[in-house]
Amino acid sequence: MDRNSNNYTFLYAAVMVILVAAILATVAMSLRPRQERNTEIEKKQNILASVNIQTTPANAEEIYAERIQNQYVVNAQGERVEGVDAFEIELRNERVKPIEERLLPVFEFQGEDGLKYIFEMRGAGLWGPIWGFISLNEDMSTIYGANFDHQGETPGLGAEISTDWFQEDFKGKEIFNESGELVSITVTKVGQEAPEDHSVDGISGGTITSKGLQDMLEEGFSAYREFITQKKS
Amino acid sequence: MSESLFSRKNTRLLSDPVGSSNPITVQVLGICSALAVTAQLKPSVVMALSVVAVLAFSNVIISLLRNTIPNRIRIIVQLVVIASLVILVDQVLKAFVYDVSKQLSVFVGLIITNCIIMGRLEAFALGNRPWPSFLDGIGNGAGYGLILIIVGFLRELFGSGSIYGYQIIPNSWYISNGGFYENNGMMILPPMALITIGIIIWVQRSRNKKLIED
Repeated sequence: MDRNSNNYTFLYAAVMVILVAAILATVAMSLRPRQERNTEIEKKQNILASVNIQTTPANAEEIYAERIQNQYVVNAQGERVEGVDAFEIELRNERVKPIEERLLPVFEFQGEDGLKYIFEMRGAGLWGPIWGFISLNEDMSTIYGANFDHQGETPGLGAEISTDWFQEDFKGKEIFNESGELVSITVTKVGQEAPEDHSVDGISGGTITSKGLQDMLEEGFSAYREFITQKKS
Repeated sequence: MSESLFSRKNTRLLSDPVGSSNPITVQVLGICSALAVTAQLKPSVVMALSVVAVLAFSNVIISLLRNTIPNRIRIIVQLVVIASLVILVDQVLKAFVYDVSKQLSVFVGLIITNCIIMGRLEAFALGNRPWPSFLDGIGNGAGYGLILIIVGFLRELFGSGSIYGYQIIPNSWYISNGGFYENNGMMILPPMALITIGIIIWVQRSRNKKLIED
């Protein structure tokens, strides 16, 4: 057959595309369960990291089952929503809805010194989404721990939000001020004045990611506001 | 085909691209990914291995198909082969070494646009038998990987003070702990990767006079 004829070219392209599609579809389907398990374990590791427990992929599931005592979904009015699994909530999908309609996951962790509440948040960094888990002490104002992650922030700059030194700084900060207003946490630039209790140091060279993180916290805490104030009183 | 599998000619296919016809330092191909992934050693190693795998197998596949590929769509055929291999690598990484695949994120996808791969398919695999093509792929992948690993090593050492994630520079050396040393933040950014590659090219050319153009 003439290799340069139109018929041959069309036929060749068609067969090739169908073959490749079949191979890729088979591989993707056979590996999917494994991949989904990986993301699930990672999420559990992140949740545990927000209450300062470091895990490995091997032991994360076990520790999670043991220590996370309760997980449930609330709405922006602070009411429990039944019939939804908190772990299955995709904040990506919730964030497109107006705040009043969002479903928000809450995880309860029994620490040595009382119950901790873990909240999930999501926002925008410089290059892509950033997300994280923040845990509050029972007083619903003091931050017990925080864990952030990102999709594609610059290593050494914005990507520093997922490192220990940045996350350590959040511990012990207050999200409510003396007069009881929810002020969230400010991520400051060098030289910027902000009350010590309500701010953490930003990342030099990572201003946009720092700002994105601050916005994420503000939006996150305001979505949980009702739940938090109800628990607080 | 009376030629032995590792004849002189064939071993040169392996060794040349590592040295005197290195895809990065001599042909200056594949620079973009070499700058992007080398901030640390671990992603450099994984990227190197992924490229070796993709390059070797796409070379073999194209070489096997070389007498059937319609000339007018040969570039498209090459792209389809590369793209599917890359997706396979990506899926396998996601399933088996999840943390590494997270680090590489978009770069794995960028293997598709790595000019070395298309260059080897077009220049070598289309005109040679599968076995030499396989060696050529491994050789070029290794040449690319070698540079990546050197650059990754230097950047991680001077940029973060660690190698493969392990702290090398003692903590007490750092100014913040009362010492005299500070990591060079520039090393983490792509410009220093380019300069590092530039220095490697310089060293190689000064040692190998054949590479110096008039």
